[in-house]
Amino acid sequence: MKETNEHEHHIVGPGVYVTILLALLLGTGLTVWASFLELGAWNPVIALAIATTKAILVVLFFMHVKYSTKLTKLTVFAGIFTFLVLISMTLSDYISRAWGSW
Amino acid sequence: MPDNSAIAHDAPESVNAAENAHLEHPDYLRHHFESVEQQADTTNFAMWLFLLTEVMFFSGLFAAYLIYRNWYYPAFVAGSHQLNVVWGTLNTVVLIASSFTMAMGVWCAETRRRRGLMLCLSLTFVLGLVFLGIKTIEYHEKWEKHHIPGLHYSLRSFTDPQSDPEIFKEYHDKALMPDMARHTEIYFSLYFAMTGMHALHMIIGIGILAFMIYRAKAGAYTSGHVTFVENFGLYWHFVDIIWIYLFALLYLISRHQ
Repeated sequence: MKETNEHEHHIVGPGVYVTILLALLLGTGLTVWASFLELGAWNPVIALAIATTKAILVVLFFMHVKYSTKLTKLTVFAGIFTFLVLISMTLSDYISRAWGSW
Repeated sequence: MPDNSAIAHDAPESVNAAENAHLEHPDYLRHHFESVEQQADTTNFAMWLFLLTEVMFFSGLFAAYLIYRNWYYPAFVAGSHQLNVVWGTLNTVVLIASSFTMAMGVWCAETRRRRGLMLCLSLTFVLGLVFLGIKTIEYHEKWEKHHIPGLHYSLRSFTDPQSDPEIFKEYHDKALMPDMARHTEIYFSLYFAMTGMHALHMIIGIGILAFMIYRAKAGAYTSGHVTFVENFGLYWHFVDIIWIYLFALLYLISRHQ
């Protein structure tokens, strides 16, 4: 594929959408099943990992980011990055408030 | 006085030029854009910027949930067990299906299938309503059990579930310690804030869908100008992603205990 194709409107076909739909339904089944297993600290990890996989599939294919311009990709990345900054800064403050008091 | 006659003479010609320019490009291309591609890229970028603000809006709620869950862990586990995982799973499937029909709608618009587009948008509309219907059933259950903070909340329903024999017969909830019962109120506050905000986004989306079905009937999106359908699709999929996380965080992560 040529570099100049970036601005061409890419049409994603029904085949891709059906595949993603099935993958999302499979992910939903999997995460519900996994939630009933006793995995201790791994339960939330697995639930969030499956949710994130599903979200990535939606973003890349349903929202066409895989076929989008670099500007769109950068924008999406900026959103995720800002979200991670919010969560990690908040949690590091929360964890370190009582540092040394225990 | 400066001579304006030259400009006056030019006027009809420039009007003609503008009219000719109009014929050369599709009427949906705004004049401040160079080309249809540039216009599409720009609106797409703007839509993503809007979604970015939405991400930050919801991440505030997610951050609050994360902190309080760590703080009042047992109460959050107890609160989570009050939710019905069957309704939650069903709603996830409904919303994923609606995202699929929406994506198919965008494809129909791109390939200029008017009837297909109308079918897809209508299915998305109906599935959106089904989602809200199921959500209403869940909210109604919370109302019956007095689990709506600030409006219809009773600590006693947690510390002494047998105080309401009819509810107890149906749900068989275990009694909680008063301190823990008090903190479930925080869980339910966050539950209603998060699912309520999500539902509000769904209601707005369904309203826009109705408008789009009406416009699609007149062939508005199947003549090459798909930006509106495409960008609405982005919004709808974003709302789907929020639910995917809400489902995992509110319904699933404490289910095993």
